[in-house]
Amino acid sequence: MAINWFKYSAPTTFYGLAGKMIPWFAFSAAILFAVGLYIGFFIAPMDAQQGEFYRIIFIHVPASMMSMFLYMVMAGYAALGLIFNTRLSAMMASAIAPTGALFTVVSLWTGALWGKPMWGTWWMWDARMTSELILLFLYLGFIALHASIDEPRRADRAAALLAIVGSVNVPIIYFSVKWWNTLHQGATIKFSGTSMHIAMQQAMFTMLAACWLYAIAVALARVRSIILERERNTVWIAELPEVKQ
Amino acid sequence: MISLDVWMRENPLTYVWFGSYAVALLIFAIEIAMVVHRRKITLQQVRMMHDAGEEE
Repeated sequence: MAINWFKYSAPTTFYGLAGKMIPWFAFSAAILFAVGLYIGFFIAPMDAQQGEFYRIIFIHVPASMMSMFLYMVMAGYAALGLIFNTRLSAMMASAIAPTGALFTVVSLWTGALWGKPMWGTWWMWDARMTSELILLFLYLGFIALHASIDEPRRADRAAALLAIVGSVNVPIIYFSVKWWNTLHQGATIKFSGTSMHIAMQQAMFTMLAACWLYAIAVALARVRSIILERERNTVWIAELPEVKQ
Repeated sequence: MISLDVWMRENPLTYVWFGSYAVALLIFAIEIAMVVHRRKITLQQVRMMHDAGEEE
């Protein structure tokens, strides 16, 4: 059976579909957060070198990964909106930006909390940390630029350009630990394998999955409000049960 | 600052839990509240607009 994907790229269809999907993503995220925290705090053993402080990685690593992934997803949607002039793509980019910015804040905050006991400092102008801070400024720049232009379609196009140009920062963040001598450690999990204890891996990947599901649920909920705002003059919005009541 | 260093080394789990996880969960809770609030306000505005349109 062929699925007509273009059908779901129309705000009219996507609004209802998103509404049905949000509870599933939100509920799964809550369960996975609880499981991830349980494994991370009660099953994963203490680290021989870092003691209990290493447990920060179960939120720090997923938040850092999410901050980069979400930026690429946002830039991808923004590019789709710019190239094909699709309304929903631009709305999705706007909906993802605040969540991406918050994950970047969590990444920077938890990184500082880990740095203090391990390195003896909250912050260093190290390549990984500085490029992650630039990512936060790019998210904030995207949100501010979009908000500063009154006409939504012009705002979409201007912000999309910033998102696309800014996407060059994501590989810089990822490879910064290889390209430069940084205080920040290199990748522990590689395609070739990892030396991490299995319970530590389980906790980290469960938390990563929870963060993904949470981000999808929140972005879908936000895009529904954006659709309502932008399509408020259309007949189908007037026909919605939540508007009629 | 020295007292904070001593405290975090004596209470690592409290430092990790309240410093990072509680803050992260608080940030997520604030985001959810903002999304729910935005939905409520947007729906109110759309309803008011349609009510005003019907009265005319």
